[in-house]
Amino acid sequence: MTILVVIEHDNNTIKQSSLSTISAAKKIEDNVEAIILGKDMNSAVNDLKKCDHLKKIYTVDDKMFENPIAENLSSAIAKFIDGKDFSHILSPSTTFGKNMSPKLSALLDVQQISDITNIISSDTFERPIYAGNAIAKVRSNDKVKVITVRPTCFEPCGKNSEIDSQELVLDIDVNGNVSFVKYDQSKSDRPELTSAKIVISGGRGMQNGDNFRLLEGIADKLGAAMGASRAAVDAGFVPNDWQVGQTGKIVAPDLYIAVGISGAIQHIAGIKDSKFIACINKDEEAPIFNFSDYGLVGDLFEVLPQLEEKL
Amino acid sequence: MKALVCVKRVIDYNVKIRVKADKTGVETENVKMSMNPFDEIAVEEAVRMKEKGLIDEIIVLSIGTDKSQETIRSGLAMGGDRGILVKTDNEQIEPLNVGKIIQTICKKESPDMVILGKQAIDDDCNQTGQIVATLLGYPQATFASEVKKNDDNTIDVTREVDGGLETIRIAIPCVITTDLRLNEPRYASLPNIMKAKQKKIEVVEIQTFGIDIKNRLDILEVNEPPERKPGIKVQDVESLVNKLKNEAKIL
Ligand SMILES: Cc1cc2nc3c(=O)[nH]c(=O)nc-3n(C[C@H](O)[C@H](O)[C@H](O)COP(=O)(O)OP(=O)(O)OC[C@H]3O[C@@H](n4cnc5c(N)ncnc54)[C@H](O)[C@@H]3O)c2cc1C
Ligand SMILES: Nc1ncnc2c1ncn2[C@@H]1O[C@H](COP(=O)(O)O)[C@@H](O)[C@H]1O
Repeated sequence: MTILVVIEHDNNTIKQSSLSTISAAKKIEDNVEAIILGKDMNSAVNDLKKCDHLKKIYTVDDKMFENPIAENLSSAIAKFIDGKDFSHILSPSTTFGKNMSPKLSALLDVQQISDITNIISSDTFERPIYAGNAIAKVRSNDKVKVITVRPTCFEPCGKNSEIDSQELVLDIDVNGNVSFVKYDQSKSDRPELTSAKIVISGGRGMQNGDNFRLLEGIADKLGAAMGASRAAVDAGFVPNDWQVGQTGKIVAPDLYIAVGISGAIQHIAGIKDSKFIACINKDEEAPIFNFSDYGLVGDLFEVLPQLEEKL
Repeated sequence: MKALVCVKRVIDYNVKIRVKADKTGVETENVKMSMNPFDEIAVEEAVRMKEKGLIDEIIVLSIGTDKSQETIRSGLAMGGDRGILVKTDNEQIEPLNVGKIIQTICKKESPDMVILGKQAIDDDCNQTGQIVATLLGYPQATFASEVKKNDDNTIDVTREVDGGLETIRIAIPCVITTDLRLNEPRYASLPNIMKAKQKKIEVVEIQTFGIDIKNRLDILEVNEPPERKPGIKVQDVESLVNKLKNEAKIL
């Protein structure tokens, strides 16, 4: 068995999601190889070469991979694996992997196993369904297993190695029916939401975007990432990519602090693997208290300044 | 232009899920079912495009048991023109096979745009749109938060991706999957619900497709997620900080 990991990166560094996916691959089987497609990605490749567990690295450097267009990525990877003997193809279940990996599964005529959280054996995996309110143990009967991996469920691999990479030229046509227009990256000096040790999120209870400043002071002191409930994002308080939950980002920090968030199942789905959960809510009946290790009943406008001061 | 909108009947998002005692799945008896919320957004987007004169006909498609007719009917009440039910006995057909069925329907109907939800909130697979696009060779725009038709035969789609917002331009025919902020679905008015009863739903038996719909994944068991151990309420900020420092040892 040989496993291929598709690497997510931004041409400069490889994403933490890829490090976790490599660890998941290693849990299935020792023979792990990686493919990285991009443009002018020397530093990303150097980063990848340090990753533990990899036996081989394939790089594809071409203008068409400057931006992660799923059509081009999936045809290139399908072309690469054609005639080879990969048993598993793993991608992170981030928007990158979710966009591209099912296309690969369709090209190979196999049923993808989405968002695995645990590996039982080389063909049997656990994955959450119904927003994580149930966990399905599934066995795949397909010859090649195309899988997306929930990054927060696997420790990122170390970076203590040094292996060579092999450059590939894949002769494929650029898909003419899709083109990249622009990418508005939400800028932040804070740690990434999905890999931060501490996350502090605000909900509808914050009332407006300005009030998120009350959380910022605390985030600064804790070195925390900032997140939000869907209600806060929908109301335009904060950017879309702050949304935590079933259909937003899944986080699993050491500490998650929910402020003015009621604790709807869709929100809980994104936080329940956190080591500790603390919440601040003025309604003592709010469901969030059932999921919190430490719950503080109180008005966030009084509590937050006190908390900032005490930290 | 013609739009095909795919709608799945799922357990309503407000229902508290119960895992069956024999671990074969979750309880669906006497449980409220609704249209998958992302599919409501898909229907709404098609209806808005029709109201702007960009689309002439909206077909609402579901693959499922007879009961999925209700789901299609809700889509018609929101503004769909006609429905297609691909009827099966199997409640849970896997995305790959759903994709193949949608592909076959597309060959017959030749829609300019196939709109699906980004994710069904029962299986949480997030695959079907991408599979349909691949099988048909149409470009895809997943996780759409804004869809803008250009004067030529292209569409600009803003996509919700992990680090922000990405915009891509795709040629028609195409596949779009909806994210939460694309629009806010309307409630069907009573007159429209009445009108929808007259709209046609074509029922096709799945056997006629000649597609092997056998599942590729065996569900060995379905379990309750591990419970979090019950927490406590703290009296004030001071004791919260104390707990975080001394008990959780995080600060
Ligand atoms: C298909 C689907 C997918 C979804 N996906 C997600 C998802 O990924 N993530 C997500 O978060 N949601 C998601 N939702 C939405 C979810 O169901 C809830 O609507 C949402 O999480 C509610 O956000 P909230 O807790 O901020 O708002 P509310 O439920 O309105 O709660 C606000 C809370 O703030 C408290 N509060 C108000 N004022 C104060 C104050 N001054 N001090 C202290 N506390 C105060 C209130 O007591 C209340 O508990 C999804 C829904 C659907 C249908
Ligand atoms: N049985 C079905 N009938 C109609 N549409 C479906 C069906 N299953 C999935 N879909 C569509 O595919 C989307 C994504 O589903 P999934 O890939 O299962 O998460 C849904 O939001 C629907 O639009």
